[in-house]
Amino acid sequence: MRAYLEIFNVSKSFGSYTVLKDINLLINKGEFISLIGHSGCGKSTLLFIVAGLTEPTTGSVILDGKEVVSPGPDRAVVFQNYSLLPWLSVWDNVMVAVKSVLKGLSKKEMEEKVKHYLNLVGVYEHRHKKPSQISGGMKQRVAIARALAVEPKVLLLDEPFGALDALTKAILQDELLRIWEESKLTCVMVTHDIEEALYLSDKVVVLSNGPSAKVFDVVEVNIPRPRVRSEIVKLREYIETKEKLLYYLTTVLRKSA
Amino acid sequence: MRLFRYSQSILLAMLGFFGFVILWWLLTYFLVKELPQPPQVFSNLFELLKKPFYDAGPNDKGIGWQIYYSLRRVLTGFFIGSLIAIPLGFLIGMSDKLRAMFNPIIQILKPVSPLAWFPIGLAVFQASDKAAVFSIAITSLWATLLNTAYGASSVPEDYKNVAKVFGFSTLRYLRYVVVPYTLPFMLTGLKISIGIAWMVIVAAEMLAGGTGIGFYIWDSWNALNLNNVISAILLIGVVGFILDYFFSYLQRRVQI
Repeated sequence: MRAYLEIFNVSKSFGSYTVLKDINLLINKGEFISLIGHSGCGKSTLLFIVAGLTEPTTGSVILDGKEVVSPGPDRAVVFQNYSLLPWLSVWDNVMVAVKSVLKGLSKKEMEEKVKHYLNLVGVYEHRHKKPSQISGGMKQRVAIARALAVEPKVLLLDEPFGALDALTKAILQDELLRIWEESKLTCVMVTHDIEEALYLSDKVVVLSNGPSAKVFDVVEVNIPRPRVRSEIVKLREYIETKEKLLYYLTTVLRKSA
Repeated sequence: MRLFRYSQSILLAMLGFFGFVILWWLLTYFLVKELPQPPQVFSNLFELLKKPFYDAGPNDKGIGWQIYYSLRRVLTGFFIGSLIAIPLGFLIGMSDKLRAMFNPIIQILKPVSPLAWFPIGLAVFQASDKAAVFSIAITSLWATLLNTAYGASSVPEDYKNVAKVFGFSTLRYLRYVVVPYTLPFMLTGLKISIGIAWMVIVAAEMLAGGTGIGFYIWDSWNALNLNNVISAILLIGVVGFILDYFFSYLQRRVQI
């Protein structure tokens, strides 16, 4: 059986500098995958290649049997710095994406959709505000709503909670987990946070240090779902997987800071 | 507290203005006796402003009319210039090829005094009034063109990525990304343009003759009426300030 999202022999060089070398990954439909690695290992570059925003030097990405050749709404991205359009209200930021992707819907259906996703991430009451008037956590909620509203095949998240404080981060992780468990959307998330990766993912893909980063290991996270943060930390499986990832990142792939 | 700071800044502004008048008075009283002193100028200005729109034939009109003619020329020229500069600015900003094509011409024509274009305008339009408007239109081009182009060329990668990922059509990309991002840059250009246009019109009207505040100054000088010249200078300053203030207000409005 073919995997839903296939990454074949992807390499990326900028001039003579090779960032990624021969990356191969198979991701099944409905899986939540995290890409983890030290900063500069090219994990975001890999995500951008899947998004179609960066062209691989060699190799290819195949989603649902079709090769990725350009960016598109079937691979919606939640960017690290939110990337909301600052001159549009929260509502319009989501609406403009819905309008350009779901062209077949009536105006009423579009409005229903925007309303649904703003409610889902809990920012509906802030719909009239501009991005500058809401907190970082709220902005990322809007960005998630925008990505979900276009009904993508894959949700790509580029260190989505990297810029948030620990509490906001935990709340948003809970919400993302809840949304994912309901929708079973295929997700690929870049992170450098081991606990975040464990809490959310089915598999954690560890990339080796760049240049020429490779897939170092794919670690299965066999923690049963639905997951409750306070419960899973006590599980043997959680502790062992965390130790394994820590060992990889702090010993095997140790990097002088 | 805010009221205090506000009234304080008004007080300081008045103090500065007062000091300026005193200095002017001292200079004209002791050193440059050829120039009129503040009381004469202010009483003259008061007289001029009492009947700004009198009309006693083609060569004798009130100062309000003169400013009106100048403003009309400036706004017409500015409008025509902006109508060319803004779309061209967007095109040049968004296309590297167009930029490479047009940039050398712009760089060569930009430093040319707008008055150098005056004879060209005369030759083409056969009318000094239209030649003045033509000069103003040329004046108004460059700052708007370059600032708009700069804005359109510096749209952050993040916003471009959003447009690509969510499949924005070209029209939607322009409407929701490029234009709103470029707007503050464009307004900066427009503000600089109108400022220069208002400065240039005085010189253009000295050449063109007939009507306008520039003509008025030259006409007053020929009649050796320096009271009128200085009164006109003060009014030109006030009008220029109002134009600048209007565009500053627009700029604040579009600030994100």
